[in-house]
Amino acid sequence: MNNKASRYLAGPYVVWIVGFIVIPLLTILYYGFTSDTNAFTLSNLMEIRRWENYRPLYRALLLSAGSTIVCFLIAFPLAMILRENKFSRGSFIVFIFILPMWMNSLLRILAWQTLLERKGVINGILTTLHLPEQHLINTTAAVMIGMVYDFLPFMILPLYNALMKIDDNTINAAYDLGASFWQTLTKIILPLSVPGIVSGVTMVFVPALTTFAISNMLGGGKIYLIGNVIEQEFMQDSDWHQGSGLSLVLMIFVIVSMLIVNHFDDHKDSERGGIM
Amino acid sequence: MDKLKKFASDCYLALIVLFMYAPIATLMVLSFNSGRSRAKWSGFTTDWYLEMWADETIMAALRNTVIIAFLSALIATVLGTIAAIGINNMKSWSRNTIMSITNIPMLNADIVTGISLMLCFIAFRISLGFHTILIAHITFNLPYVILSVMPKVRQSSKDTYEAALDLGATPTQAFFKVVLPELMPGVTSGFMLAFTMSLDDFIITHFTRGAGIDTISTLVYSQVRKGISPTMYALSTVIFITVFVILIMGNYAPEWLEKKKGKAK
Repeated sequence: MNNKASRYLAGPYVVWIVGFIVIPLLTILYYGFTSDTNAFTLSNLMEIRRWENYRPLYRALLLSAGSTIVCFLIAFPLAMILRENKFSRGSFIVFIFILPMWMNSLLRILAWQTLLERKGVINGILTTLHLPEQHLINTTAAVMIGMVYDFLPFMILPLYNALMKIDDNTINAAYDLGASFWQTLTKIILPLSVPGIVSGVTMVFVPALTTFAISNMLGGGKIYLIGNVIEQEFMQDSDWHQGSGLSLVLMIFVIVSMLIVNHFDDHKDSERGGIM
Repeated sequence: MDKLKKFASDCYLALIVLFMYAPIATLMVLSFNSGRSRAKWSGFTTDWYLEMWADETIMAALRNTVIIAFLSALIATVLGTIAAIGINNMKSWSRNTIMSITNIPMLNADIVTGISLMLCFIAFRISLGFHTILIAHITFNLPYVILSVMPKVRQSSKDTYEAALDLGATPTQAFFKVVLPELMPGVTSGFMLAFTMSLDDFIITHFTRGAGIDTISTLVYSQVRKGISPTMYALSTVIFITVFVILIMGNYAPEWLEKKKGKAK
């Protein structure tokens, strides 16, 4: 088996990715750019300009950007503390913060539904304390809590990995040269953790932007995101052309946002977060 | 001052642990609550666990989830490992093309991957069911396997393989006795990654499953509309504890065994 022959080992794989990645993408492109009569059209993509499609996209962008920022604000100090206490990758405490990543995310959203419902745990506690019941479920805040809760570990892990890579001497040198904590943070630590921030942001922003499960379970069909619109086009309305058109628009938003985020990362070769 | 700082950072860690685990703990407590109410404790019971055990829908979903995760991880690992060796020996442009396509499912939103597969299955008149979920899962697992195995393939030297051949091994022998052991760490982590990715998937399964078959994720999703039965809490508890135990064992058992061995010496 020489080198040339061993190339053919990739044969089955190539067949697989052509069959199940390339052809499906071409299919969705075909549906997105054609009408019922199979004629070429851009109208499916232009559907996004209609209020009932544009609003959910805008809302999804706001909510996913918001929850990405909240995740970062929670995860960065956490990763700093873990670093300062020299908790290693194998330590139990780090394990605790990453563990939820492996737990079924729908069950974790179910947990929040149970807490926030009208007759849920939080309102139950409030009633026992003779406090007025709160309207918690089916609000924007509920959906955002769900997003933050679901994706937080995916922000913690890459940030932690990036911060642990920074040499103590680099930070000490900054302090020795008279830098304040704030200066060290903004001029040394943050720039050096950019690869971690980039992969953390992508791992939170993209799934949050495209989710329909969280908004359905915690928004009760009232907080409509672009993911819900697309899901309905396929599962209820069965309008594949329009659904594909909107999916393509969403795909463009995902690609553009990833390009913007990656633009900040000069070290292109850095590994992507290292999930395990 | 240092003490205060330590106290503050400990509080912060505790607060986040609380945020992460209080909802899960609530589900666990409710799974033992005899009443259906989420707000009132009406006594301890294990009935929900028995009911869950007897519920054919839940058990079928559980079986499907595990079988699909195992099969898709296994097939993706075999296919991906062999492919990684082949890709590594390719000319750079074909290697780059294939790697770019490999990355698509990782970079693309799950909803688009799921929909594109569903459209493709329906367009080619492949009925949706167990096999389409399996195909979809293998597809999104493959990049994780390739990306785990690829660095090991690059590190391994071709000389050992050729030495094995020179010493009279057949290519198959050389592969299993020389090449594969060198790749093994990448192969196992690829398999584990694929397995957990598949266990956790909802979106892609949702679009490729068709009626009449459920995994845990799709079952939970469908229950939301009907109103959640406490059996779901029992199921959550069982799943969370299983995952916890498996991960603890995976992370700490090797270390622990090592220490035990060390002491025995």
